[in-house]
Amino acid sequence: MNEFVLIFRRDYITKETQPSPQELQDSLKLWQDWLGGIAAQDKLAKPLQRWDGEGKIVTTNKSVINGPYAEIKEAIGGLIMIKATDYDEAVAIANGCPILDQGGNVEIRMAVTGTY
Amino acid sequence: MEESQLLPHLFRTEYRKIVSVLCYLFGIDNIEIAEDITNDTFLAATELWSVKGIPENPTAWLYTVAKNKTKNYLKRNSVFEQKLSVEIKHTANKSEEIEIDLSVKNINDSQLAMIFTVCNPANSTEAQIALALNLLCGFGIQEIADGFLTNKEVIYKRINRAKEKLKEANIKIEQPTISEINNRLETVLTTLYLLFSEGYYSTSQNTILRKDLCAEAMRLTFLLIENPTTNLPAVNALLSLMCFHSSRFDARINENGETILYQDQDETLWNQELIEKGQLYLVKASTGNNLSKYHLEAGIAYWHTQKEDTPEKWQNILQLYNRLLILEYSPIAALNRTFALAKTNGKKEAIIEAEKLNLTNNPFYYSLLGNLYTDIDNKKAIENFEKALQITNSPADKATIIKNINLIIRK
Repeated sequence: MNEFVLIFRRDYITKETQPSPQELQDSLKLWQDWLGGIAAQDKLAKPLQRWDGEGKIVTTNKSVINGPYAEIKEAIGGLIMIKATDYDEAVAIANGCPILDQGGNVEIRMAVTGTY
Repeated sequence: MEESQLLPHLFRTEYRKIVSVLCYLFGIDNIEIAEDITNDTFLAATELWSVKGIPENPTAWLYTVAKNKTKNYLKRNSVFEQKLSVEIKHTANKSEEIEIDLSVKNINDSQLAMIFTVCNPANSTEAQIALALNLLCGFGIQEIADGFLTNKEVIYKRINRAKEKLKEANIKIEQPTISEINNRLETVLTTLYLLFSEGYYSTSQNTILRKDLCAEAMRLTFLLIENPTTNLPAVNALLSLMCFHSSRFDARINENGETILYQDQDETLWNQELIEKGQLYLVKASTGNNLSKYHLEAGIAYWHTQKEDTPEKWQNILQLYNRLLILEYSPIAALNRTFALAKTNGKKEAIIEAEKLNLTNNPFYYSLLGNLYTDIDNKKAIENFEKALQITNSPADKATIIKNINLIIRK
C-alpha cells in the first residue's frame, strides 16, 4: 500500500463560474459522502485537515501577496492523504471527487518512501 | 426488599465501595488483603444475619464490621501496619490509629482512583475489563467467565496476571491529576465502552447477566460524571450513548434470548425514561470544542430512537457515520454507513460502495450485500447470504440469515 496526496484545485475567482449558494450547499453532502466512502474503505492515510481559504503567497522578489492567487486563477481548495496500491487505484478514488463537477481538477502525487 | 435478596443486593452495591476504600488505603501491593477483608465481612453477614436476623441498618453494619476486621488485621500484622503508617502520612499524622474512612466522599474518591488504576494501559483492554468487573463491580469469577463465554481458569489467570502487572509497574492508587485525566481518560472510556458492548452485543444467552454488565458500565460512567474533574463532554456523550442503546434492551431480545432486529422491534417496549436521559446527557455533552467518537455514536443512537423512517433520519445517520469513519475506522461502522447510504442514495449506489469495502472475513459484509441485492438481483442476494451463513458462528445470526433467504425464495 502506498500513500498519495490528492490536491483539489479550481477557479475561485471568475464570477461567472462560481457555484450558487444552493449548489454549494448541495455539494456539501457530495463531499461528505465521498470522504466517508474513502474512510469506509480504511483508505484515509492521515486525519482530515481544514485549510484557511485566504492564505498568502511569497513571490520571486520576496514580496508577499494576500490570497492564494498568484498569476493563475486556480487555487488549492484542499488536500487529503489516502492509501492506495498504485496510481490506477488513486485515480479511481479521485474520479469520485465532487470538485470535478465544479470545473476543478485533482492532482495526484505518490509519496516517495526511503532514505534521501 | 425480600430478605433473601438483600444480601446479594448489598454485595453488588457495597462490595466495590468497601474494597475500593481499602485498596485506596492499602495500595496496589495489598489488593488481596483488601479483598480478603471485604469477603470476610460479607461472610460474617451471611452467617450472623441468618441466625440473628437482619440488622436495622445493614449497610452501616457492613461498614462497622469491615472497619473492625481491618483494625484487627492491622493489630495482628504490626509489620504491615507500620509500613502502612509510613506510607499513609496524612492519616498517621492525625492519630495513632489508621482511620478507615467509609464516608460518601472517600468512597467516591476511592472508586475514582480505582477506575484509573484498573483501566491502566499496562494491561490489555481484555484484562482491564475482567479486572474492572471483579474489583469495581463485585462480579465473581464464574459470572465473568459466563460473560466472556470462557471458563473460570482463564478468567482467574487473567485477573491475577493483571494484578501482578499493576504491582510490577508500581501503579499508585491515587486521585488522578488534571493532566492525568487528560492523558488517560480516553483509555478509561474505551474500557467502559467495551464493558458496555460486552453486555450489549455478547452472544451469551444469559440476558440478566448481559443487562448487569451494561448497568455496571453505566454506573461507572456515571461515577465519572458525578466527579467534577471527570465530568467532561466525552464522558456525558458516552453515557448518552449507553442510555440510548439500553433503552432498546427489552425490545431486542425475545423470551428465548434470541435477537430481534431493529426494524422488527416493538417500539412500545423501548424505555422512554432512558431515551430522555440519553437526550439529557447528549445536551450536556454538547459543550467545548472536542468532538469525540462518543458524540458521533450518541448522535447515531439518538436517531435510532426515532422509529419512523424519514429521509431526515437516514441523512443524519449517514453523515454521522461519515464523520465517525473519518475520525476512526472500524469495519462495523463501514458496514452500517453503507446501510445508511442505501437508505439515502438508493441500493444501487450502496452496492457499488459496499463491494469496495471488501471485508471478506466478515459475515456481516455478506449479510449487508445480501440485503442490498434483495429485490435488485435475488440470485446474488442468496449467494451472499449463503456466504454469510458459511462464516458466521453465532446461532442467532444464522437464524436471521436463513429467515432472509426464505423470504427471497417465497417471493
